[in-house]
Amino acid sequence: MEISRHWRLRKQRYSLVGEECPHCKAKLFPPRDVCPECGHEAKTLYNFSGRGKVYSYTTVYEPPAGYEENAPYTVALVKLDEGPMVTAQLTDLGDQPVEIGTPVEMVTRRLRQDGDERGLIIYGYKFRPILASQPA
Amino acid sequence: MVEVVIAGIGQTRVEEHWAVSLRELAFMAIEQAQLDAGGLQPQVLYVGNMLAPQLSHQAHLATLLADFAGLTGIEAATVEAAGASGGAALRAGYLAVASGQADVALVVGVEKFTDVVGSGVEAALATSSDGDYEAIHGLTSTAQAALLMRRYMHEFNVPRQAFAGFPVTAHANGAGNKNAMYQKAITPETYHKAGVVSDPLNMFDIAPNADGAAALVLARPDVLPPHASPLPVRIAGSSSVSDTLALHDRNDPLSFQAARLSVERACQRARISPLQVDLFELYDLYSIYGVLSLESAGFAQRGEGWKLVHDDHISLKGTMPVSTMGGLKARGNPGGATGIYQVVEAVQQLRGQAGVNQIPEARRALVQCLGGPAAIAVTHVLEVGS
Ligand SMILES: [Zn+2]
Repeated sequence: MEISRHWRLRKQRYSLVGEECPHCKAKLFPPRDVCPECGHEAKTLYNFSGRGKVYSYTTVYEPPAGYEENAPYTVALVKLDEGPMVTAQLTDLGDQPVEIGTPVEMVTRRLRQDGDERGLIIYGYKFRPILASQPA
Repeated sequence: MVEVVIAGIGQTRVEEHWAVSLRELAFMAIEQAQLDAGGLQPQVLYVGNMLAPQLSHQAHLATLLADFAGLTGIEAATVEAAGASGGAALRAGYLAVASGQADVALVVGVEKFTDVVGSGVEAALATSSDGDYEAIHGLTSTAQAALLMRRYMHEFNVPRQAFAGFPVTAHANGAGNKNAMYQKAITPETYHKAGVVSDPLNMFDIAPNADGAAALVLARPDVLPPHASPLPVRIAGSSSVSDTLALHDRNDPLSFQAARLSVERACQRARISPLQVDLFELYDLYSIYGVLSLESAGFAQRGEGWKLVHDDHISLKGTMPVSTMGGLKARGNPGGATGIYQVVEAVQQLRGQAGVNQIPEARRALVQCLGGPAAIAVTHVLEVGS
């Protein structure tokens, strides 16, 4: 069932919970249980700060089914301060131009509404620019 | 290991085959390949297909196609590896013959995109990425290529115009291929004026999805009819390599490691250097993939593949011709069939059957297809003569 599929991921979607490798201290997101850096088991939970920088970005004008109401939207690769990279949409952009290197922070937003009879709404992380005037 | 040769080839034109069903389309290519192979009877069938369960509501394709082709009773299996499904099916067929399990193997790639229109196609394509961490964020295959292209331009200070050479070359070559979806050359001006699809990607940076089927008959040399004509083409090297599924899980997204390793291993098995091939059928689903594939194969340094394109080294008369029959860009991209089309076209070149696109005295070809952004890469080295 689709609901359980999304429910299982709530810690990742709402608060960027990944893992830390107890052997080499590599930070992992998404969680993957085997450390790609040293090959050992890595199941220690780790809370990411939700801050990072834009590695690359683009605009989607022709969205897949289920994402039409948001289009056009900006999707990016965000390099988290702790190391890993994530795929996510950028939001709250206003008039500010996005650039490679723009500092961003995680926020929780609606990702999509499932088109099934339940009308399940799926929430999760997006990233918004950190304003220059804002204290870090 | 037994030597494996390609004894027969078949292909349909790549286009919108509204009037033809999945099974009929596949059979058109199978029939041609069997005829071309002089009626050799296969003991196994491998089908390369990417999206039939989503697009045509048809799984279990290999049994259906064996049945429809009148081959009930043989071994049959479908091989899925996203955009590399065709190459992965060929490798399965190659291994079946090389291991001695079969004397003759039939391999067919087929895809029918036009059973679904609009956003449903993008949604189906997105199932080949990481569903929980990529597709859920509305990332499409095209957007992924755009992310790579923007980062590439940023890191290596490359102007967007530098990518024009890929579609211009592909369309020039497509003009000489009667099975290509687009058979008309384009000018660099056409490229520069094209509308942006997912910045910085424009519509000419993206290969069109369409319907098509292509087939190969593989055999051990001693079962070929005597005085086989045309020349059998030898599979001298074969390799398949996987990388992380999600692009964000790579330490260096701009380096297609699976593509690099797969070329290295296929060439090692063929005992050649990549520089000893006469043509390279690469996976130009997007212009940026073409550039990164040239770099991964070792034809250019990291960050410099675009110069090969810019300086016209990749045209039919260049030092390393690519996409010689139009590539994905002009021949079209029939998903899981694409990897088989690439091999069919390389065989045409090695047999001297490539018509106006013939590369003089082509003896050896490198052929590579990718699944996702080189999340998997399948590479073959083909040779003719002694
Ligand atoms: Zn570790």
